Amino acid sequence: MITFTTTINGKSYTRTVEARLLLSDFLRHECGLTGTHVGCEQGACGACTILLDGQAVRSCLMFAVQAEGHAITTVEGLSDDPKNLHPLQQAFRDEHALQCGFCTPGILMSMVPFLAENPTPDEATIREALSGNYCRCTGYQHIVCAIQRAAGVKPKNAHPE
Amino acid sequence: MKPAAFEYIIPESLDHLLQIKAEHGDEAKPLAGGQSLIPAMNFRMARPSLLVDLNRLPELAWLHVKDGELQVGTMTRMAELQHNPTVAAHVPLIAETVPHIAHPQIRNRGSVGGNLAHADPASELPVVAVALGARFRAISASGERWIPAHEFFLGTFTTSLQPQEILLEVTFPTRQDRTGYAFAEVARRHGDYAMAGVVAVVSLNAQGQCDSAQLVYLNAGDSPTPAVTAAAMLIGNSGTPAAITAAAQHASMEEIAPYGNLHASTEFQRHLARHLTQQALKTAFERARAEFLPHP
Amino acid sequence: MSTYFGKRIPRNEDPRLLTGQALFVDDVQLPDLAHVAFYRSPYAHARILSIDVSAALARPGVIGCYTAQDLGDYWSPGPLLVSPPPTIERKIFHQRTQVPLAKDKVRHVGEPVVMVVAESRYIAEDALDDIWVDFEPLGVVVDLEQALQTDAPLIHEDLPSNMGAQVIQEKGNYETAKAQAAVIIARRIVYDRGPSVAMENRGVVAQWDSRTQRLTVWDSTQAPVFIRGGLAAMLGLSESQVRVVAPFIGGGFGPKIMMFYPEEVLLPWLAIRLKRPVKWIEDRQENFYATTQERSQIHHCELALTQDGKILGLRDEFLHDGGAYMPYGLTVPLNSQANSLGGYIIPNYYSEFKAVFTNRTIVTPYRGAGRQHGTFVIERLLDHAARELGIDKAEIRRRNFIQPEQFPFNNEIIFQDFAPLMFDSGNYEPVLDKALEMIEYERFYREIQPQARAEGRKLGLGVVFYIEGTGIGPYEGARVQVEASGKVSVATGIGTQGQGHFTSFAQIVADQVGVRPQDVMMVTGDTDQFHWGAGTFASRGAVVAGNAIHAAAQDVRQKILHHAGEVLEAAPDALEIVAGQVRVQSDPTRSISLGKLAQRANPMRGAVEPGTVPGLESTNYFGPRYGATAFGAHAMIVEVDEATLQLKIHKYVVVHDCGKVINPLILDGQIHGGVAQGIGNAFYEQLHMDENGQLLNASFMDFLIPTALDVPHLEMAHTETPSPLNPLGVKGAGEAGAIPVGALFAQALEDALGLEINEIPISPQKLFELTATAEALA
Repeated sequence: MITFTTTINGKSYTRTVEARLLLSDFLRHECGLTGTHVGCEQGACGACTILLDGQAVRSCLMFAVQAEGHAITTVEGLSDDPKNLHPLQQAFRDEHALQCGFCTPGILMSMVPFLAENPTPDEATIREALSGNYCRCTGYQHIVCAIQRAAGVKPKNAHPE
Repeated sequence: MKPAAFEYIIPESLDHLLQIKAEHGDEAKPLAGGQSLIPAMNFRMARPSLLVDLNRLPELAWLHVKDGELQVGTMTRMAELQHNPTVAAHVPLIAETVPHIAHPQIRNRGSVGGNLAHADPASELPVVAVALGARFRAISASGERWIPAHEFFLGTFTTSLQPQEILLEVTFPTRQDRTGYAFAEVARRHGDYAMAGVVAVVSLNAQGQCDSAQLVYLNAGDSPTPAVTAAAMLIGNSGTPAAITAAAQHASMEEIAPYGNLHASTEFQRHLARHLTQQALKTAFERARAEFLPHP
Repeated sequence: MSTYFGKRIPRNEDPRLLTGQALFVDDVQLPDLAHVAFYRSPYAHARILSIDVSAALARPGVIGCYTAQDLGDYWSPGPLLVSPPPTIERKIFHQRTQVPLAKDKVRHVGEPVVMVVAESRYIAEDALDDIWVDFEPLGVVVDLEQALQTDAPLIHEDLPSNMGAQVIQEKGNYETAKAQAAVIIARRIVYDRGPSVAMENRGVVAQWDSRTQRLTVWDSTQAPVFIRGGLAAMLGLSESQVRVVAPFIGGGFGPKIMMFYPEEVLLPWLAIRLKRPVKWIEDRQENFYATTQERSQIHHCELALTQDGKILGLRDEFLHDGGAYMPYGLTVPLNSQANSLGGYIIPNYYSEFKAVFTNRTIVTPYRGAGRQHGTFVIERLLDHAARELGIDKAEIRRRNFIQPEQFPFNNEIIFQDFAPLMFDSGNYEPVLDKALEMIEYERFYREIQPQARAEGRKLGLGVVFYIEGTGIGPYEGARVQVEASGKVSVATGIGTQGQGHFTSFAQIVADQVGVRPQDVMMVTGDTDQFHWGAGTFASRGAVVAGNAIHAAAQDVRQKILHHAGEVLEAAPDALEIVAGQVRVQSDPTRSISLGKLAQRANPMRGAVEPGTVPGLESTNYFGPRYGATAFGAHAMIVEVDEATLQLKIHKYVVVHDCGKVINPLILDGQIHGGVAQGIGNAFYEQLHMDENGQLLNASFMDFLIPTALDVPHLEMAHTETPSPLNPLGVKGAGEAGAIPVGALFAQALEDALGLEINEIPISPQKLFELTATAEALA
């Protein structure tokens, strides 16, 4: 068992765990941050994506103890208050960019740093950036729209009201 | 899909790391970016008894140009390789290739040394290393040695690293005048392991004739697969369509040995390799001909 | 009175999902929770000679290991979910359903053999390696056609062959029609198997509280009410002792309504036995074996037509892969049988299928549920006929459409809901015309394709038509209640897996009760809140539960107006409900809030008169006579790179008609998702299996689902032909998007490459083989 300290969403956690405990399991089951979801445990689906020192990584492909001294942000770190959404969360709601919502936290966490580096991305760039996250419900179209909206770009299929 | 138990060590220094390797040899598995190792552990296809975490040794992650070489520390992340302007300026082939490796989230964590030492014949960077004539610096408690790329990769998931050694550094020659580089691959989806892929490097003499050429393939055998004869067929040629077609034909049909997989039969892989070779050679000749080597 | 019905309203459920505050099964945390893993068969077909779990039991942290023997009388094959329609006369059906743990033999890779429970999932997986099972491998049946050969190994040895079912349905007389035909188009068509790949794998958490004597089960099911009833019966409990919760579900798509999965039977039993809560979460690798799949069918079909392209008759004989057991009856092949008729007048039809046992994962419905196979058959045959007869491919469809005045149209065969296959309403030609206009059909063939060909580019266009039987019975119910806060709560029995029920149902209620949709609190899939209903399947949530909710909300509206009339001393029909206030239309200052009315209807003192019930509440139900039939057309322009055989979709058009639309935003999302799954099915997703029944790509490394780069931007249009079968006029839409995509891809790729394609999925490799064959023949 290994004792380590990490910062998650600005809060310090010191825990003693087995070395083999995956970071995804640690976040969900030791810290109760169940917004991070697990879809494949092989780094392909992207549902477990979190920020490690501001960079998007798969939490199923890290051991929890490796987070020692790092700053982690999960979807709860954007906003965990349903009444007060982060602008990207709000854009996802406005554009109906989620259905079952299982993949959504991972997509949000991939897109936060993407938008920081690409403030006005075109559709092709967005789709490439999304290609490391699977979504089985939406067909991605409304997700693309939400990211365009968050970036202040008019979505391609802006809805007539 | 949870990994089996293992002992976990964070070495305090490079020397400590080398001591651990000296003591445990292959039993001590270096944990670099973990983007290939941890999935294999989650499937329990890999069950190392001792993991040595390289992520806390800052002296293993660096990147600079020196003595006509791009020198890269083993723990440099793929994302750094992709985005660092030094790489694009001095070894543009790498900057062109890295975006094809998986996805940003994987490249943020995956390391150069881990990727190379994993020695997956479907992987892109080993092919680049062989085509450019990269050199690998292996180190152990008893000393260090340099291994040329073509001697580093021995087979699928097998390298010439000794049990006590770790890969410390890889150096790539920087771009040469009148030399064109190109990478081309076809994958089912963006970021997937490719069905076929090739690196072409072409150098021209002052008269615009090819005086050296490299063609190296991924997923075409047990390790990065050079097509030596096909490349030699280009010597003295200015890159005419006929010469390119002949080289592509020879390389894809005679020299490479793809196994076929779920997504492409051997025949389809050869077909794709032929097409990609033509495309890559055409681009490489064009780039070599251009006075100032404009690269993307 | 539709302020909200029909509007693009953002979803009520989103804020919780977006902030990580929505409960999924794996999010359930309980004190003292133990974790389960399964030892699953490594063989596709083998006899179990012995099982040794002693080493596993000795491992620290292991609580127990259970085999079929340990289950005693609790061991029993699962129930048959849907019996074959009694209304079909010519049928054979051998009921063989899955077992909780394999006893004497295993019949597919991944069938559970031993259940291990431990202090953590990590330890439980460690213990799987300690288990030793002595198997005697048996001959393996993976190929549908070989399964029926006389020397094939028998999967169920008490049956004479691997044929699990046979059904013949007939209308008119095909042979007579054939004799009159100018042309007969006959083909062998293959539609291969596929998994649904919901992003959330399945999961079950079970807790037994011995002080209250109640069992609570959190289950990623689409049908919590049936799970509750079944568990109570199996465990010898009263239904009131069992609460099944289907919380937020990370995608269902059909396989999450299979029941009972072995894990659903075993976890509750284990929780009671251990007096300790237990959790099992399927991992992705298990999902490829343990969650049901769909699809494999081989059709030998022929279409008889006149010289001018009128269909005289269709004959279709097909094999359907049932997998190792057939717990879901014949729903999937019956859907195929229905959809082979398309939206066309086919006066003579002979359809015969054999459902076959194979050593493969169990087959149950997955989005489309056999409809795409039938659509593929008829659309392919029409394409081939058009080419043979020299008729435009859009025109041949037009010539055969059922005409608007012919509805309701009786297809004279039996559908999966046991009722005659009736199409309730439709107007097909405008949908096709709209699709042709949006894809610029004429211009494509006049300018775009010839120009591309001149440049050596391979461009093809596809346009196909489909129908979707939706919204079948039996029934759903709902309870609607105005609370003292003035907000409204609604409970229904179906589960929700991302369809937006918290919003579309709230819109229906909001219009009736005069509140905003965000003031309507939905509860779905919690049997303590509502315990009647069937479940979410067959694109029926909006139709059946939606109309039940509508009926209950109408009742509540009447109660509101009645009570308010007494308070405001006005006739109920002189009142209106606006923004949570009931007021006199002619004098809006005379008003009372819904909250106050609700309080009055549930007083602390004073009698509630005999014969009345307290509260502003109603429970009501809806069951349609038969299903509502949606329809639509897809069109696509695709470019194929001749060298790499990679695709680029230049334009993709969907024109859809599902009757009245509750929320166009949600509807678009449903269609988008269906098309994406259809694209996966058509061009990316294939389960590669070797002759030993071993799956070669049971992971996301080699099983390819489409990413954002593989699904194009869709251009959408809708027409609206209301259903006469329900008061809201709605039809289902959940599966529509996925149904015609295979047929569309086949046609468009044929058009681009000049090949003939009669199978799904297609891939660059397949195109390479087909091209090579075509070149060899040329």
